[in-house]
Amino acid sequence: MVSRLKGQYGSGVREASTYLGQNYMVVDSSLIPEILHVLRDQEEFDYCVDVTAVHHPQREKQFDVIWILYSFPSNERIRVKTLIADGESVPSAVKIWPTANWLEREVYDMFGIRFDGHPDLKRILLPDGWKGHPLRKDYGIIQQDNEWVQINLGIESGQ
Amino acid sequence: MTDATKNLSHLELGDDKTFLDSNELIINMGPQHPATHGVLRVILKLDGEKVLGTECVIGYLHRGVEKIAENRTYAMFNPYVDRMDYVAAVSNGLGYCEAVEKLLNLEAPPRANYIRVILTELNRLASHMLWLGTHALDIGAITPLFYTFRDREEILKIFEKYCGARLTTHAFRIGGCLYETYEGFEQDVTKFLKFVTPKIDEYEELLTTNRIWVERTRNVGMLSAKDCTALGVTGPVLRASGVKWDLRKAQPYAAYSDFEFEIPTGQNGDTYDRYLVRMQEMRQSLRIVEQAVGKIPEGPIMAKVPKVVKPPVGEVYHSIEAPKGELGYFIVSDGSTQPYRVRVRPPSFVNLQALDQMVRGQLVADVIAVIGTLDIVLGEVDR
Repeated sequence: MVSRLKGQYGSGVREASTYLGQNYMVVDSSLIPEILHVLRDQEEFDYCVDVTAVHHPQREKQFDVIWILYSFPSNERIRVKTLIADGESVPSAVKIWPTANWLEREVYDMFGIRFDGHPDLKRILLPDGWKGHPLRKDYGIIQQDNEWVQINLGIESGQ
Repeated sequence: MTDATKNLSHLELGDDKTFLDSNELIINMGPQHPATHGVLRVILKLDGEKVLGTECVIGYLHRGVEKIAENRTYAMFNPYVDRMDYVAAVSNGLGYCEAVEKLLNLEAPPRANYIRVILTELNRLASHMLWLGTHALDIGAITPLFYTFRDREEILKIFEKYCGARLTTHAFRIGGCLYETYEGFEQDVTKFLKFVTPKIDEYEELLTTNRIWVERTRNVGMLSAKDCTALGVTGPVLRASGVKWDLRKAQPYAAYSDFEFEIPTGQNGDTYDRYLVRMQEMRQSLRIVEQAVGKIPEGPIMAKVPKVVKPPVGEVYHSIEAPKGELGYFIVSDGSTQPYRVRVRPPSFVNLQALDQMVRGQLVADVIAVIGTLDIVLGEVDR
């Protein structure tokens, strides 16, 4: 499968390998909607397990966005990873797997990564008016949006 | 339009209609509502009693578990995972410990794996019992709650004797188990199996052919197998739609490949089928425990784990079949003593997303039944 994809997309598939028995591939962000489509339609990865991200502030392209996919017919998993810079957006996968809806909202909520074409991209776990994205590495562990807490909860601090 | 309902464009009433002459009504269910199983808020758009659309508002119980993980060592984070799905804490712990073990490239010894399987299956039983009691209570059958809580108590007693805690057990450690089984553990478990088998028949007697129960659950909250896959729904909900898929069989972990058990499935994917599937699952859990308890192998209960857990740089995804569905941990290590990132793939969160599709066009009373049948735990939805 990997060689087929590599043949089709050339250097767009940067890396495809196995770590601890788990397959993953790193692809260019420009290939993202297409390669996910191909994985679902041709390789039968019909179940999108998870969409998540990792923040690496020291890198130029700060964010890893990761799709964990599973195929019911072949009982296989694969992780698709792409690297994007702060402020860049990724195409939404909601049209491919409806389950991506809430998962992408959570990534947006926690990292501030925008998903183009998402039907209703807004915060999911934190309140709408909250400032900041907590899972970024520059967000402290006891940091909070004091202004929001004072206005909405009427207390000095949530700590 | 009140503050609470603004920004919900697809739920808004028509402009020219006032509250009284409109047929459509927006009502707010929760976050403090006895049938939402915690702090879930659902905004319902209704036409009379018919549900036109829903919007879930979650996050009331958000504690930032994933952020906490980045600031704790691997071992220190272990007790936190118990607080996500707090009615199935043992499953949470098993998933996390196994994920870290995978990252360290080691395996728990066979004896530890057997103990893990026994406790996890007992916990699945406890979780399903709690689900049955509360789900039946929501629909109006009060008796099952007393029955299931009485019997669940026996499981919690075994947990308490084993590790001192009843709910948030922290039963396992990275590399195996900390505690050896106590004296009389096997007898206690065997005694419990004998005790509980007829009790499950009792629950079924109360509900399976009960006319009111069947009327309230059959053809309610239908979900086809195709929709389940598209929405990422797993666990008993997926199986009730006819998909024979269980991670314990598909990608066996711990010692599950040593045991014989079946994957119960349904056909219609309605609330009644999900009830039947979970009842069958309880029996299968007992079957697994019965096989495991007689032949716990001798040997160490802890693998050789370095005093300071410091996995090599890399990332791993490991998932287990929790009582609610696929519970996954995606852990990124940067080679230090603290995880660089821990992502929890919560089954309740993903399953809850199907609520809207399941209740559209149904009656408002069915929303209660569907929330119950999804078996969500808000601690896990919000993390």
